[in-house]
Amino acid sequence: MRQSRLIMGMPITVEVVSDSSRAEDAINKVFKYFTAVDERFSTYKYTSEVMQINRKEIQKQQWSKEMQEVFSLAQKTHQETGGYFNIQRPDGSIDPSGVVKGWAIRNAADLLRNLGYRDFFIDAGGDIQSSGHNNQENPWSVGIRNPFQTEEIVKVLYPRGHGVATSGTYVRGQHIYNPHAPTEAILDPVSLTIIGPDVCEADRFATGAFAMGKQGMMFIESLKGFEGYSIDTEGIATMTSGFEAYTTL
Amino acid sequence: MKKIILAALLLIALGAYAWWNSVSSSKIIALSPFPSTPTPTTQSTSTNSPTPVVATTAGTYKDGTYTGSTADAFYGPLQVQILIQGGRLTDVTFLQYPSDQAHSQEVSSYALPILRSEAIAAQSAQVNTVSGATQSSGAFVQSLSSALTQAS
Repeated sequence: MRQSRLIMGMPITVEVVSDSSRAEDAINKVFKYFTAVDERFSTYKYTSEVMQINRKEIQKQQWSKEMQEVFSLAQKTHQETGGYFNIQRPDGSIDPSGVVKGWAIRNAADLLRNLGYRDFFIDAGGDIQSSGHNNQENPWSVGIRNPFQTEEIVKVLYPRGHGVATSGTYVRGQHIYNPHAPTEAILDPVSLTIIGPDVCEADRFATGAFAMGKQGMMFIESLKGFEGYSIDTEGIATMTSGFEAYTTL
Repeated sequence: MKKIILAALLLIALGAYAWWNSVSSSKIIALSPFPSTPTPTTQSTSTNSPTPVVATTAGTYKDGTYTGSTADAFYGPLQVQILIQGGRLTDVTFLQYPSDQAHSQEVSSYALPILRSEAIAAQSAQVNTVSGATQSSGAFVQSLSSALTQAS
């Protein structure tokens, strides 16, 4: 059973290998969870906890358990990426969107596991946590979208329970130059896909490494348990040394 | 006669090897973790730093070298430095890189970490789902701009 909804401004798809009405209830619980996350963390909803914090209506000791968890995860990511990942805006307000998505997908996957489901995937805006097998009893397959032809895929992955997240942009201009060869543009990644221990880990390092530009892949290469596939402006992909292990069925 | 045949075979083999070498080496790129010239940790003035030849608009950032705080990456300390020239971010350098644990040593033992590369090509395979960047780039823009706060 597969269902999609638009929550948090992005399409969320949940597939569970079961057609029982119980499975449908479970999927609805997942959507309900994402809606609750949106209510708390949205930077577009006036009543959200994030907006209350940014209006200084509530103090840190009054923050919800979820907010504290997300905030400490963001701080940890900030440190681990040498400051490249940051939820603090220059004006002092916070926008935890960069860490909330992966965190919410991971929690939603735990929710399904606690309801007894082993074979499922959750895809929220292109970040994916899969578990077990698909309805053909094969490992779940995940395509990497072509950033230049969004209806195409350029790679097939079998994450086998690992998390997959892609960071990228179509509006980012060429603004990084090599001081040793200033006339040659450094080819920035336009799309960076990370495979990590779970989707939360993959997502936060995808965001941090993407901000590093070309050096991001080196950073991913240095992390144990993480692999990356980056596509630059010329359509050349670069992959970490262990990436290909995830491309075979 | 035998010698001529042998020499010809040798030449063909050499040629084939050279061809194969040029083909296969084009598929491998090496990224240098550190620039060949060390950048000073102190903030440099814009007058003695080379200005990029590229057309520049008025830069948003103050020229200089900015060193980030030492952070604990999974496998050791990590510290980056950014270089702003002509108001632009022109370089990112890792001053410290995790090196004290087994995995990091394994990575560092290569003179240069080698990342394989390939041209992307459309795949016809059916997949269960697709990973891609969401259209909103807000989080990225914010993440980068905040990293550059020091320079503004």
